[in-house]
Amino acid sequence: MNANDKDRPRDNELAGRELEERLARTWGTPRGILGALSTVDHKIVGRRYIVTAFVFLCLAGLSAVVMRAQLAVPGNTLVGPDRYNQLFTMHGTTMMFLFAVPVMEAFAVYLVPLMVGTRNIAFPRLNAFSYWVYLFGGLLLWVAFMLNIGPDVGWFAYVPLSGPEYSPGKRADIWAQMITFTEVSALAVAVEIIVTVLKQRAPGMTLDRIPLFVWAMLVTSFLIIFAMPAVMIASTMLILDRLVGTHMFNPAEGGDALLWQHLFWFFGHPEVYIIFLPATGMVSMIVATFAQREVFGYLALVLALIAVGFLSFGLWVHHMFATGLPQLGASLFTASSMMIAIPNGLQIFCWIATLWDGRPRYTTSLLFVLGFIVTFVIGGLSGVLVASVPLDTQVHDTYFVVAHFHYVLIGGAVFPLLGGVYYWFPKITGRLLSERIGKWHFWLAFVSFNVAFFPMHILGLEGMPRRVYTYQAEMGWGNLNLIVTLGSFAFFLSFVLFLCNCIYSLRRGLVAGPNPWNASSLEWATSSPPPPQNFTLIPVVRSRDPLWSSPEGLPAATGLSVDRRELIVSTVVDAEPDLREASPDPSIWPLAAAGATGIAFVASIFTPWAVVWGGIIVGILFIGWFWPKSEKEDK
Amino acid sequence: MSERPGGIDVSGLPTYAFGSRMTMAWGTAGFIVLEGTGFALAIGAYLYLAVINPAWPIGVAPPSLFWSTLVTLSLLISVWPNHVAKRSARNENLALVRRDLVIMSIAGVIPLVLRIFEFRALNIGWDQNAYGSILWIILGLHTTHLITDVGDTLVLTALMFTRHGKGRRFSDVEDNAVYWDFVVISWLVVYIVLYWVPRWLTT
Repeated sequence: MNANDKDRPRDNELAGRELEERLARTWGTPRGILGALSTVDHKIVGRRYIVTAFVFLCLAGLSAVVMRAQLAVPGNTLVGPDRYNQLFTMHGTTMMFLFAVPVMEAFAVYLVPLMVGTRNIAFPRLNAFSYWVYLFGGLLLWVAFMLNIGPDVGWFAYVPLSGPEYSPGKRADIWAQMITFTEVSALAVAVEIIVTVLKQRAPGMTLDRIPLFVWAMLVTSFLIIFAMPAVMIASTMLILDRLVGTHMFNPAEGGDALLWQHLFWFFGHPEVYIIFLPATGMVSMIVATFAQREVFGYLALVLALIAVGFLSFGLWVHHMFATGLPQLGASLFTASSMMIAIPNGLQIFCWIATLWDGRPRYTTSLLFVLGFIVTFVIGGLSGVLVASVPLDTQVHDTYFVVAHFHYVLIGGAVFPLLGGVYYWFPKITGRLLSERIGKWHFWLAFVSFNVAFFPMHILGLEGMPRRVYTYQAEMGWGNLNLIVTLGSFAFFLSFVLFLCNCIYSLRRGLVAGPNPWNASSLEWATSSPPPPQNFTLIPVVRSRDPLWSSPEGLPAATGLSVDRRELIVSTVVDAEPDLREASPDPSIWPLAAAGATGIAFVASIFTPWAVVWGGIIVGILFIGWFWPKSEKEDK
Repeated sequence: MSERPGGIDVSGLPTYAFGSRMTMAWGTAGFIVLEGTGFALAIGAYLYLAVINPAWPIGVAPPSLFWSTLVTLSLLISVWPNHVAKRSARNENLALVRRDLVIMSIAGVIPLVLRIFEFRALNIGWDQNAYGSILWIILGLHTTHLITDVGDTLVLTALMFTRHGKGRRFSDVEDNAVYWDFVVISWLVVYIVLYWVPRWLTT
């Protein structure tokens, strides 16, 4: 079991180009279509995840543009009520399930293994599988919409509206099964990230030296593991009610409609933090790099992440204040909803302190972070308002709430994400995004976002309900709605500008080099884009900001096999190297299994027996996946 | 990077180990936690419905104890050979691992067969009322886990009789044993909730 001749050569027996090329051959993805479909490289899968998530962002954004066109003037007839119901459902569902969570996990899939200094993510085949399942789930939703059977019950699909009595046909079933797809995918990625962070860190990267984005993703992954089973259970119950006649949500037979809301929001509120915490991780990295000093209050930031993670499970009932719950319960949830502002506020003070004490360089990336701080504070304040029961009861289901959660989600997650794209684009592509176009992009996005969403607060206070396809001129909401619509068009344009910047910079952007921002974390210790093996020699970490504390270069851990995929497994707390574990080779089985899973899920909408025969086929494909193909896999 | 001071040599490290030293054990633990959360939420839904309904179970007697208790006993007994298999795997004793896995395959199929009779003794269909629905859903959820792990055990048994029965496969046998413990423990909770809670509520 110990070192033997079969593992030779080791990476300390070769050097220079020969070592690099042989490692790249060992860890590379085979050429051709089959190779592309079989890849298990976290960077390729991560890139696909990111691009796919942005395509869904574009589709969801377009559905918002159509809605805003309809609402621009009173009594408009551009879109009818049925199509409008589908549009707002597609918009919310796509944004939450196909964009926001996947894009954060996508960045983690790409970045976490690089940031912790390992050669691939844990369970890379499961990672490939999860991408395909996600893709198929997204396709199911959008193909259904094209066929005019897109769901029309809102992104949280409340019963009894989504139940068998009020939503005949297949529309709500499509929604429920899309949930199953995306949650399977998200849960699998969460497990991969947790194991990668806990067991695959470079030697010496003790728990208190983990980069803050990695901490954020670790906490987020735990939130996913504890929150997402709730929505899977709920959507499975919904589809069983609809297809085989169970009565989980049917009050006439002992079921309960509020049970749906409890299960949904037990997932749905942590979901907000599943989207927000990765963004805060990005902010911490960006702020430290552009202030050129270590982040202020590392320990406080980590504790804040964990505190937010715990508290996020104590908030779900504040989505249900209008359902007439007992007052004591409501007070408890008001208190916890206000309490979560404390660790979030703490993070903001740490970032401000970092910038205050540093020498900030106002790149586009940092501008988006500053835009985030301003916008998120406004969204956070309106959040403290709606945490109070009497205020919430007044503005429930009005545009005030729409304004609040767009400030939180776009301000809190999309702005940092865009900052993150400007920051890591050079690592992923090897070229910098244009700063000139970037500045235009930022200012257009920031101004138009506020033009589009700030007036919604006022509309909500004036009583305009959400999810109405039109309104009468006498209500007096026309002018503000027109301003909102113009703002939203401009906001969409800012994304077009962003796309142009990406396309332009992919061809013409400045060549980045390994570390264009003089950042301190390990992903910048390798070339841009990184080679298939990520690091030709695994770095050894001796401080929290390794590239700043060792400008002359990092010491290396050597002795891994060159011709066999091998990575260092380390201990959880101290990151002492413990094993040379094998990492799986490329395989087509994950795609086959994901395809069969997808067919079984879709077929189960039409016949419950699909679960049985689909399960058998998926089982056989899983055996094919796990069965060792050569004896070297047994080591 | 190679020549910097402070470098370390990992060539002497083993390529596999047991328990929490392996990534696979952590992956298994991750799935156990998320599936355990699923069980907890389903049981939460059961108790929620039990509390809001004036009578529980709704309109029928509690489910029969006979088959469910047999399932429980068969699962409890299986814990012993399961731990023997785990020990044999740790000792990397191939002959014993093969024997133990054959025993565990049988020990897994027995509760699965009994489960068929258990479903038939529930006294209620899933489409009769919400009580029947949640009863079938939770029992179905556990049965899915049972089928999954029995399938896994059968494949692993076959694998250990091939040339692959060596090295890190012993560690896989151990992970499979840990998962079986989860299937048994989760069942004990489910058994109490589905079979004893309604009896306590009616008395």
